[in-house]
Amino acid sequence: MDSKIKLPQIIITAFMAGLFVLAALLGMDIPELISGSFTKFVMNGVLVLAMIPMINAGVGMNFGLPVGIVAGLLGMCMAIQLRMTGIAGFLGAVALSVVPAVILGLIYAKILNMVKGKEDIAAIFIGYSFIPIMNFVWTVAPFTNREMLYPVGAEGLRPKISLENYFGSVLNELFVLKLGKISVPLGLLLAYAAVCLLVYGFFKTKSGSVMLAVGENEKFCQLSGIRIDRVRTTAIVLSTVIGAAGICVYAQTYGFVELYNAPLSHSFPAVSAILIGGCIGRQAKISHAVLGTYLYQTIYLLSAPIANAILIPQMSEIVRMIITNGIILYAFLKQERRRRQ
Amino acid sequence: MMKKVRKDELIVPVTFIVFSILCFFLSGISFMFLAEQVALRFIRNIILVLALIFPIMAGMGLNFAVVIGTTITQASFIIVLNFNLTGGRGAALVLAVSLVAAAGVGCVIGRLLNKVRGREMVTSIVVGFLANYIYQLIFVAGFGTVIHVFNKKLVLSTGIGVKNMVDLKTFKEVFDNLGVFRIGEAKISMLLLAMIIVCGFFVFYLMRTPLGQKIRAVGMSEEKSANIGIDTDRIRVIVIVLSTVLAALGQFVYLQNIGSLNVYTEHLDTEKFACAALLAGGASIRKAGVKNAFIGGVLLHTLFVLSPLAGRNAFANASLGEYFRSFVAYGIIAFALVVNLRLERKGE
Repeated sequence: MDSKIKLPQIIITAFMAGLFVLAALLGMDIPELISGSFTKFVMNGVLVLAMIPMINAGVGMNFGLPVGIVAGLLGMCMAIQLRMTGIAGFLGAVALSVVPAVILGLIYAKILNMVKGKEDIAAIFIGYSFIPIMNFVWTVAPFTNREMLYPVGAEGLRPKISLENYFGSVLNELFVLKLGKISVPLGLLLAYAAVCLLVYGFFKTKSGSVMLAVGENEKFCQLSGIRIDRVRTTAIVLSTVIGAAGICVYAQTYGFVELYNAPLSHSFPAVSAILIGGCIGRQAKISHAVLGTYLYQTIYLLSAPIANAILIPQMSEIVRMIITNGIILYAFLKQERRRRQ
Repeated sequence: MMKKVRKDELIVPVTFIVFSILCFFLSGISFMFLAEQVALRFIRNIILVLALIFPIMAGMGLNFAVVIGTTITQASFIIVLNFNLTGGRGAALVLAVSLVAAAGVGCVIGRLLNKVRGREMVTSIVVGFLANYIYQLIFVAGFGTVIHVFNKKLVLSTGIGVKNMVDLKTFKEVFDNLGVFRIGEAKISMLLLAMIIVCGFFVFYLMRTPLGQKIRAVGMSEEKSANIGIDTDRIRVIVIVLSTVLAALGQFVYLQNIGSLNVYTEHLDTEKFACAALLAGGASIRKAGVKNAFIGGVLLHTLFVLSPLAGRNAFANASLGEYFRSFVAYGIIAFALVVNLRLERKGE
């Protein structure tokens, strides 16, 4: 498969460049926007990496990303309950979320293996129906840290838990490099690079290459004695674990843990980001995720102040969602055309 | 015509009935109040549920793109109000514009879905989302910039963008004046009620005409239908056109009955709740009928009315009941998908 940059990427890149020019014309602080683009990029980057194992094993897009996100939220809630702080607190949260991620991932995999060929639609509704179950859990779970609970009146955890006293921005503030006016969050970028390397490394191992082979040609693998469902399960669990770690990174940058319906809003943007990066849905590379996340998030970052400047603040969100869904639709059509050839 | 009812068709409705009875006793409300609430919601919603039947019978699964039909009606209301047309003439124009536009858009969606055979459901979800945001773009940013505003009452004080809430009382009155049907406190226009009955008969009857036979044939096996000379692409487009038009009509009835329009939120998730209703009535993603729509509409709305009340009464927390009902709505779709797709795979 050639990794040459194709027309959609050129259009999106040109659009991003256009937005930069427009921002400059409107007199905005370009160095600050560039600095912001790095944090936004990593903030969402790990969530996008959660697409890769599933795509490569031929399971399709991880529309059930909320499952992984919920595992990460559980991990973070436990970390806050135990009052873990700083970098150790962040790593503790990631570690604590691995167990729920593996358990939920196994269940998720079990269901997806029943609906081979139509995983996308099933995954969407697994996500949708899982969220109310978790809302129930957030309401009745026996957490006791006052900072996590509703201040007065209502029961349960609050929808937005501040990480200020725990591990908010710990990665963002690690080794910040000043290049003129641009500040580069090296710690954050290094953490992202480490996750990318781990995923890259996994696909160089034996089980990684088996996974790629299953994605490539399931029938052939079955005939050569590979247990397909097992490989798919590994991929789905892996995606779920990465998703859990992804929301931890997201939350520490954002400064808040968002519970209840918030996990639902991450899956479509993540799918769309990897598609923008040039993945057509058969094989996903790290480069697709990296390029796609940067383009997608930077466009979103730039469009917000521009929309404010032209007095229609909601417009950036609307345009972002049109791009998100438009790209996914485009990818569906393109995959179909490829399949027919 | 009497067929034996299959066992698996009964599982879901019976589960709903059991839960509803349980919630009814937990909620402690009067039966009259329940009947009134359910009837009102049922009448507002049923045509949208009927709109899902044709695509299922044509083998295209749940058509989540029906939400586009509902946005078209909302857009027609705003556009007609923008030209300061009110009363009966306005309402007739809204109906005409929305049905024609829905037919046109349905044609486009149908062609699109023909290009993604085998993945119609997920595509219809994405298309629905896309249409929602385009709709928002038109009314948030287009109104007052690209589109000229004739009716200043519609837009925000900045002059750009439609307000969150638009009053449709002028249209509601027309229908209410033609005679109303009372259920407890609620009033339902006779004309709207007649529309619902006509739609029910229309769907029921159409499935028994030659066109209906063709739709069934395409749903059973596209390959075989193509062999006996049915233009499957055309049938599938017709199915989606009918579905979108019915959805538009359904939203017309709904908004007429409410008398106001939440411009940016009214249509959200309606398609998923309609799907849940149909499935609650014992339909599958392969087979559905008017009967399923009517039974499911009653069952789903009963549970929807009762569960928050039951939650508040039994656990002193209404949100627990609300979580339960969203779980039911989404869970039933997930359940139907998994069960059906699994059966299909076993059959292969």
